[in-house]
Amino acid sequence: MTRPYLGIFFLSIVGVANAAVMMLASHLASPFRPTVAKGSPYESGMLPLGGTRERFSVQYYIVAMLFIVFDIETIFFFPWAVIYRELGLFGFWEMVVFIAVLAVGLAYAWKKGALEWT
Amino acid sequence: METLTGAHFVWMTIFKVVLFFTLLMLMVGGVVMFERKVAGFIQDRSGPNRVGPWGLLQTMADGIKFLLKEETYPDAAQAVFYLLAPVMAMVPATILFAVIPFASPLPTGWGLVHMIVADVPVGFLYVLAIGSFGVYGVVMAGWSSGSKYAFLGGMRGSAQMISYEVGLALTLVPIVLLGGGVRIPDLISLQQGFTGQGPATLGMWLFLPLGVSFLLFFITGLAETKRIPFDLPEAEAELIAGYHTEYSAMKFGMFFLGEYAHMLTTAALITVFFLGGWDIPFWHGDNIRVLADGTVIGDPTWWKTVLTFLSFTIKTSLLVTVFVWIRWTLPRFRYDQLMELGWKFVIVAATAYVFVVAGSVLVLDRLGVHFGLPYAAILTGVNVVLLGLLLFVVDRGRLARGAAYTVTRGLGRASRRSGTGPAAAGRS
Repeated sequence: MTRPYLGIFFLSIVGVANAAVMMLASHLASPFRPTVAKGSPYESGMLPLGGTRERFSVQYYIVAMLFIVFDIETIFFFPWAVIYRELGLFGFWEMVVFIAVLAVGLAYAWKKGALEWT
Repeated sequence: METLTGAHFVWMTIFKVVLFFTLLMLMVGGVVMFERKVAGFIQDRSGPNRVGPWGLLQTMADGIKFLLKEETYPDAAQAVFYLLAPVMAMVPATILFAVIPFASPLPTGWGLVHMIVADVPVGFLYVLAIGSFGVYGVVMAGWSSGSKYAFLGGMRGSAQMISYEVGLALTLVPIVLLGGGVRIPDLISLQQGFTGQGPATLGMWLFLPLGVSFLLFFITGLAETKRIPFDLPEAEAELIAGYHTEYSAMKFGMFFLGEYAHMLTTAALITVFFLGGWDIPFWHGDNIRVLADGTVIGDPTWWKTVLTFLSFTIKTSLLVTVFVWIRWTLPRFRYDQLMELGWKFVIVAATAYVFVVAGSVLVLDRLGVHFGLPYAAILTGVNVVLLGLLLFVVDRGRLARGAAYTVTRGLGRASRRSGTGPAAAGRS
């Protein structure tokens, strides 16, 4: 049963090994002479102002939360789609109800302005 | 003819992995070269023309430079994530193609060899799962670099990629609905057309009966590869180089290679899902099908493998050409336009489209339409109507251009609403 996955296993090994070799080869072949200027964050040649890890837009959190809801929705879609033609009308209405609930959520988020970027 | 068994299978798998990986890396180099040449052509300049004949060795020279240049290491970086990020950017893009069939099966002395690295029964889910790994490289690089520009690029990139990932998965649902399975070789059979044993097939490339899906998948694929018009995470005018600002030498090269590998795999996925994979159009000699239990239908020969491989390569190359063409033609979206296109258009349209297809399938099955060309023809008609509605009625000058403003706050907003068309989209 696991036989078809052998290819993925080997390819993952080759992929990771290739990436590791590239980094290692570059590390061995290239010079490394750090200075203070090289180590400071690049801000178009100016001296860096302030810290990096400060507050940022809350929009990103909202998008992440919405993503979780809708990504799970898509995961539910796949098993449904596989047997849809056997389920017939029952399957159709089941999914309509499921999506209607989610659509209310999206409509609410939309109305509340969660999808507007300011 | 029987499929491979035992040790032969293991050795052949290793051989295929090495062969296809090498091929992919060579093709990535080729695509980089191709893009620069096309860019030169479009902008009416020569493009790279110094290294080797017609500048064809430029990519190789760049590779050597990547290897030999000094790697900077920012003081503010978080070591583990900083070093892991380029790996996470490159590996998913290269292992995604494990489930993509390249050509028709090749008969050999030991048995029939599938021209696919791993013929897994859950190919679709593998594509979705590995495809979503791409976001880790971006967010790790952005967070760990300790630079403001990298951080902003990483945030933008992760929000963009997860938003469009939902749309990407949703556009694939109608395919599963018609195919009734998640194994990718079955999908190519679905588009080739067979009668008799095995799941029923349509016999038409899916970009016709699922036209809206094709369009939406193309858009989301472009967004997932972070190419223009969706290259906000690395918009050079705003963010220097975005999430890989602090990377140099080979670490940057890995982001770069990963991006091009991702573009190539996306083109290959569009080919497999919507353009018949390795199928040669209007010819039934290449209709070879291997069912999940190993039964072979059709007549595989070595020259058919070569021809179908060529067919696959041509289709993928054409799609890559379109990607490159788009990059050097269109301006970049503004970030709010990008997010609105993703959430208000792609996700809504894709969800609605799933139900249109589901409803059509229900009606057609009730009417007893033969699941084959007539079925596909009726669905094509439905899609032409839908595309017309989508592009000319529902969306006229608003959502598809990402410039919809229902709420007007402040002074700047009001004027944007009046702007329509690509000129407005490019203004930022």
